[in-house]
Amino acid sequence: MAVKVIIPTPLRAYAGKQESIEVAATTVSEALSALTSQFSELKKHLFSDDGRLRSFVNVYVNDEDIRYLQKEQTAVRDGDTVSIVPSIAGGARN
Amino acid sequence: MNRAPLKIQDELLRRIHAHGVETYPHECCGALLGRDGDASREVIDLLPLANRRDDLPRNRFEVTPDDVRLAEKTAREKKIELIGWYHSHPDAPARPSEFDRDHAWPWYSYIIVSIQKGESRDTTSWRLHDDRAAYDPEEIETVGSPASI
Repeated sequence: MAVKVIIPTPLRAYAGKQESIEVAATTVSEALSALTSQFSELKKHLFSDDGRLRSFVNVYVNDEDIRYLQKEQTAVRDGDTVSIVPSIAGGARN
Repeated sequence: MNRAPLKIQDELLRRIHAHGVETYPHECCGALLGRDGDASREVIDLLPLANRRDDLPRNRFEVTPDDVRLAEKTAREKKIELIGWYHSHPDAPARPSEFDRDHAWPWYSYIIVSIQKGESRDTTSWRLHDDRAAYDPEEIETVGSPASI
């Protein structure tokens, strides 16, 4: 099943400068795996060293945040759009 | 790495300083909207945002994904791009902390303004390395006349 993954601007340089990539997947986890298999440079920006999705990487299926669905096991269907949306954080203290 | 400076109008820089003064002693934050090209990058407009870190607002800031989507939508409506973020360091230098680096994204410009005892001081801008290991300083070039949208 083909789903469209929207790449956020800061990561497009690691995805062939493309705004979106079509991948075959039945879950969000499969979609992200397919994406990082194709574009390995994306991996360190999406996943921490222990393989978990970084806390400031948010994923939406269509307009729904997967944290409120089944997280990375959220099912995706043909024609769905998976968006990677950054959250931004920082601050003066180390 | 040699990059073109980040251009920003004086007036927009003053608005970032004013935002940092207004929220002092808490950190302020907002989005930088503008244009990015091979030879130049310019801030055309700002979108001040609420700092969502209610627990540690003096030395942390957070922009939620909903606010990021709002910033992207605002940029699209103005036919420009979301090119980066600004935040303040109250009573701390305008240098990225380890926490800043750990939470940063490549490509974006990160402007930091130091607010010392309620007054704006240094302003710097930074870009994260591709390997996430460190930041490069980014020169800020202030320009006087408003850019056309």
